[in-house]
Amino acid sequence: MSIASRRRFQLAVLLGPVSAFLAVFFLGPLAIMVVTSLLAPGLYGGVEWTFYPHNFGRILGFADPMFEEFDPIYIAIFLRSVEIAALTVLATLLVCYPAAFCIARLSERWKNFCLFLITLPFFTSLIVRLFVWVLILRQTGLVNEMLLSTGLIERPLDLIYTRGAIILGMTYVFIPFMFMPVYASVEKLDWTLVRASLDLGAGPLRTFWRIILPLTAPGIAGGAVIVFIPALGNFVVPAVLGGAKVMMFGNLIEQQFLAARNWPFGAALAMMVMTVMLIMMIAHVVLSGRRSAAAALAR
Amino acid sequence: MQNSIVRLVEASKAFTTPEGGIVTALDSIDLDVRRNEFLTLLGPSGCGKTTLLQAISGFVELDGGSILIDGEDITDRPPYRRPVNTVFQNYALFPHMTVGENVAYSLEVAGVAKPARREKVSAALKMVGLEGMEGRRPRQLSGGQQQRVALARAIIARPKLLLLDEPLSALDKNLRQAMQIELKTLQNELGISFIFVTHDQQEALTMSDRVAVLSGGRIQQLDTPRAIYDHPVNTFVATFIGASNLFEGTLDGDRLMTADGMAIRHQPCDKKISTKATALIRPEQFFLAEENAPFPTIDVDLDQIVFVGSTFELFGRTAEGRKVIAEVPANRRNLVGTVERTRKARLAYDPAAVHFIGANAGGA
Repeated sequence: MSIASRRRFQLAVLLGPVSAFLAVFFLGPLAIMVVTSLLAPGLYGGVEWTFYPHNFGRILGFADPMFEEFDPIYIAIFLRSVEIAALTVLATLLVCYPAAFCIARLSERWKNFCLFLITLPFFTSLIVRLFVWVLILRQTGLVNEMLLSTGLIERPLDLIYTRGAIILGMTYVFIPFMFMPVYASVEKLDWTLVRASLDLGAGPLRTFWRIILPLTAPGIAGGAVIVFIPALGNFVVPAVLGGAKVMMFGNLIEQQFLAARNWPFGAALAMMVMTVMLIMMIAHVVLSGRRSAAAALAR
Repeated sequence: MQNSIVRLVEASKAFTTPEGGIVTALDSIDLDVRRNEFLTLLGPSGCGKTTLLQAISGFVELDGGSILIDGEDITDRPPYRRPVNTVFQNYALFPHMTVGENVAYSLEVAGVAKPARREKVSAALKMVGLEGMEGRRPRQLSGGQQQRVALARAIIARPKLLLLDEPLSALDKNLRQAMQIELKTLQNELGISFIFVTHDQQEALTMSDRVAVLSGGRIQQLDTPRAIYDHPVNTFVATFIGASNLFEGTLDGDRLMTADGMAIRHQPCDKKISTKATALIRPEQFFLAEENAPFPTIDVDLDQIVFVGSTFELFGRTAEGRKVIAEVPANRRNLVGTVERTRKARLAYDPAAVHFIGANAGGA
């Protein structure tokens, strides 16, 4: 066997299992979703095998004139979800970025300990952890009880079932996802470059903007994508902490599949989210690819 | 006072090691760097030379003492408020900026307008031989070119003082020697003082107006390269700079008698008889004696003869077992051929070339 064909064989062996798995359990369902989103809903659930583009019409404005109306509420919910996901990205970044600098400067042993602490929440079920937040935030919860007993407030605050509660919960859930890529780029940061900047007369603030931020930007971008995408589609956190008041796009899709039993419309909603995510992913890959291509060229 | 650009007064700094010990990096150092001077801080690793440099640039805070630049006390100023720039050992070029942006950085920070900036950048790059490279990325350049960019970046704002932290240590030998000459030329052209840190004594001797030899957080000797080489004040300086043959003993007239019975002739000096002293003979002061030459000699058995191009290095041993190094010009091949065969050599020296350690510093 020539070296080239041996290499190809090795690649096939190494990539074979994951490719097969994804083909069956990812591409398969995805294809079913795409097809379903273009079919008409059956009267009692299920689908009718006729081409029916109006599922997308209901969302985007060309509804089936016979049965349904275009309702801008779906776009509104989508935009609200984008906003909440974006705020989640911002909140996780504000927590993780400074923390990454602190942890990166610790000794090796403390570093590893802190990284362990950050992954610790994964050892318990997400649902359980979210219900603890319910206990903390509800009217008779920890926060309200404490504030009431100190006399700072007279009536309990509406903490739970608000947009704020969702963002808080999402931030809590997604902190590890933001932390890892941000930490990776912060730890790699060459501090002699910071010294060089200070030495050349740039104060701490300017050094941050011109040197530290650009050099850690890849980690921030990576963390933002990794947090934004699942946050946009998340339905567990809004279901538990948002109650019936604040609905996100994930809840809407879940409702269409389970409660309304309108699979084609649910599939169409899911395709919308996927399209937006795909565009973001491609943008991220192209941008970071351009960076690393430039770096490779430079070498 | 006006002739001094940097003055350190009793600068002190101690570090605590991870094991809890205390290392004195700067032991109450006084130092004056003159205007337009090329001063080298030379010493083994851990001698305090880098700490001294960082104290001047502001990255190390002194425990005591003060630093004055151009008469102004800057001891408590942060690095970005000191009229000093540094060329770092690993160049520390900003990878996300072009060469031009790197070089322009200090001007940009200082708020210099873009057209003026561009002009100065191109002049600075021209000065270091990188004309027209503004658009490149640092990673596209060779080590030597990156070093030049770092240099251009550090001099563009015309600091009162340029600090160079072992800037040539990552370059290969030929390039390093070429850069040594260039640095010296550049310093003359710019007319600003350079403080250059190195552990390479050859480098120190080549470039410097004055050399400060550091050890244990103290300046052992501060003088011109020639004075340091010819008249080291102590055995540390003598052995750190160049190869040396040291003979400890007591003075007896025009001889120094060693404990193992050797007699080293020297020129009459004002030292008293039976004073203890250490005599230094540099390897190149020895020459291979012809018959009846009117010079004192040392007979050695040769362990090794090494050809290093312009010279031969002879590694010998006296009858008393003392090691002696001699360096003889390669144009005396006949004589070397003879000693190569016999493995014995008679090394002659001029008593005038024998130097007593610390003689010029007034110590005995």
